[in-house]
Amino acid sequence: MIDPASLVHGLIGGLMIGVAAAAMLLGAGRIAGVSGLAARAAGISDAGAPRLIAAAFVIGLPLGAWLVSAVLGRIETRFPSSILTLAVGGFIVGIGTRLGSGCTSGHGVCGVSRLSPRSLAATAIFMAAGITTVTAMRWLGVSW
Amino acid sequence: MVARSATVALLSGLIFGAGLAVSGMTDPARVRAFLDVAGDWDPTLAFVMVGAILPMIVAWRIKARLDRPLVGNGFHLPATSTIDRRLVGGAVLFGVGWGIAGLCPGPGIADLAVRPLPAAAFVVAMLGGMLVNRLNCSRTPELKEPKHAVQQA
Repeated sequence: MIDPASLVHGLIGGLMIGVAAAAMLLGAGRIAGVSGLAARAAGISDAGAPRLIAAAFVIGLPLGAWLVSAVLGRIETRFPSSILTLAVGGFIVGIGTRLGSGCTSGHGVCGVSRLSPRSLAATAIFMAAGITTVTAMRWLGVSW
Repeated sequence: MVARSATVALLSGLIFGAGLAVSGMTDPARVRAFLDVAGDWDPTLAFVMVGAILPMIVAWRIKARLDRPLVGNGFHLPATSTIDRRLVGGAVLFGVGWGIAGLCPGPGIADLAVRPLPAAAFVVAMLGGMLVNRLNCSRTPELKEPKHAVQQA
């Protein structure tokens, strides 16, 4: 059973994410796309925001999460027990987000709200690929 | 100018990270539960997406009336509209990795403050994947990264 409170928290947290992305667009003229900004901050991309701007956004992410945990108490996070699962998933996410020019934030939030054909396609595809992967892992008995 | 834009970016990242934590999307198991349609499905991620898209629909309308952002010299926005193999292949790979780990880049980085060790494993591997993609694409001209268009006031 889904706790209705978790859906309300999801909606409120989502609105915060949207307001943050709106601030980035209207305030700094940039897309709040985490994969692109992370690559830029790490010096792995030549195009995109100046490195200082990208780094400032990326540093803000854990600061914001830390602030919530300090105010609301411990945040529940259930990670896979195997570091290998995280490393394999992370590596594929790294290649895919750069090749596909975006992730859940850049395509899913900023692009879909702009009705960008590329972002609509990318979002439908990565959602379908994610569902297929989790379902396949369930059938193969390798879910965590 | 860059320093003022960086301040805006820091605030945006902060609210973004806080939103991820409030929404529960910093929990990889919750994200996977959304993708687990054959299991105990959790619709929360859809509520997060709708919540995030609503302010951005308004923001795009405001943006259309502006010559320039509050800070900075212009809007730097993606200008490509062709759905090519690069986009499709990248989105497929991203979805697969997302399903395996239950993390996408935003929550992965935000979790560095919540669960440093497992989050770092994800983030370091992600940066490794980004680097491998860059080396691979620099040898293949048709895989070159699309450029952003700058609308300068």
